[in-house]
Amino acid sequence: MDAAGYQEQEPTEQKAKEEKTSSKIISSQKYSLWKPLINGLVTENPTFVLMLGMCPTLAVTTSAINGLGMGLTTTVVLALSNIIISALRNVIPDKVRIPAFIVIIASFVTIVGQFLEAYLPALNSALGMFIPLIVVNCIILGRAEAFASKNGMAASCMDGLGMGLGFTIALTLIGCVREILGSFSVFGISFKAPLEHIGMAPAAIFVMAPGAFFVLAALNALMGVVREKQIAAGKESRIRAGCTHECTTCGEDGCVHRFYDEKGKDAAVGKKAE
Amino acid sequence: MSGDRMAKKGGNMSTLSELLIIAVGSALVSNVVLSQFYGLCPFLGVSKQLKTAGGMGVAVIFVITLASLVAGMIYRFLLEPFGLEYLKTIVFILVIAALVQFVEMFLKRSIPSLYQSLGVYLPLITTNCAVLGTALTNVQEGYGILYGVVNGFATAAGFAIAICILAGIREKMRYNNVPKAFQGMPIVLVTAGLMAIAFCGFSGLL
Repeated sequence: MDAAGYQEQEPTEQKAKEEKTSSKIISSQKYSLWKPLINGLVTENPTFVLMLGMCPTLAVTTSAINGLGMGLTTTVVLALSNIIISALRNVIPDKVRIPAFIVIIASFVTIVGQFLEAYLPALNSALGMFIPLIVVNCIILGRAEAFASKNGMAASCMDGLGMGLGFTIALTLIGCVREILGSFSVFGISFKAPLEHIGMAPAAIFVMAPGAFFVLAALNALMGVVREKQIAAGKESRIRAGCTHECTTCGEDGCVHRFYDEKGKDAAVGKKAE
Repeated sequence: MSGDRMAKKGGNMSTLSELLIIAVGSALVSNVVLSQFYGLCPFLGVSKQLKTAGGMGVAVIFVITLASLVAGMIYRFLLEPFGLEYLKTIVFILVIAALVQFVEMFLKRSIPSLYQSLGVYLPLITTNCAVLGTALTNVQEGYGILYGVVNGFATAAGFAIAICILAGIREKMRYNNVPKAFQGMPIVLVTAGLMAIAFCGFSGLL
């Protein structure tokens, strides 16, 4: 039912505000269920573009398989909580929506955590505390607030899957880089022996804590260069209105805008002004 | 890990020295941001100036210590007796959110001067995973209420130390000639990486 009602079902007050600012963009786009999926995977990739959920990104990517496990776990929680929040979006009173979202997310995290403990104990112990800490991953609350609380169930599910898979790909990539450099293996397949034969030793620092910061810094710088090229080539800039940098390279003190997409941001600013 | 060590040595060691070991371990050896990766968002986001970083550090110390106490008490007196340990994530996150709200209201009414300096940082702390992480660590390591509070305080002190050092470096770095691609967030991440290497040096301490 929700695929068609994807943009009509927004509350009227927000719609009115949006019409002022971004009506052109919204009305010119035809929404399909693939759009939110692609959006999460590429356009608004939570790790590389929005820079959300940095704690698990740095902590669990000591190997590619851990990154993949963490990413998929988050994807499941994100998709399920998005569906439920979207289903309840007209029932939850606006004033208590954040605590309500947190309870829904925490319930799913607990369920998924119990599943992992029972069926995948090795992954569970590798990820450790970061399974329960999915609750405070800002990607999930951010998507609940910016997307699921305004859109239909099918679209919200696709958005959750897209964002989650974008996160998974990013984590797996970072995990691959760290594992290849740090222990000369990837997904458990070791190629250490031939490299050591020619006198190369793995740089163990990349699987330790400092390596996480260095790999992310390098990826971040790379993203910045790509973005610069895109802007120079006249492509659409992703710098938010009123910001000098885009979110990836900003680090503004306590900036809240980065948690929202264009639509959500307008709504949030509107609420603040009231 | 430290829980096992405590259990082994617990017999012939005074409570005070155990507490000291926990405190040094949480604050320096396994620093909350630089080796555990909890609370990176405020660490990277609120470290532009030493003054705001200090404010954030104090607010985090305040909230984590209090949250460790309250979460520890709820776990010990409510969840454990009724066999509801599996609900700890849900209960703790709600308790922390409510606690932050309550602290904010309390400070506003009774200690306005403290509210002036901490107020802006308090709402940011609810989603700081260091708070929930510490509360859950206390439970996982089997710390009692006293040990939990000391661990919470030390963890938060470690956060304050790290964020103040980073802010100090960033203030100096503002006048440095950073390569264009690394301006902004990348150079901050490199700095944090170098700090993490420095903090690795504490691992021989215990």
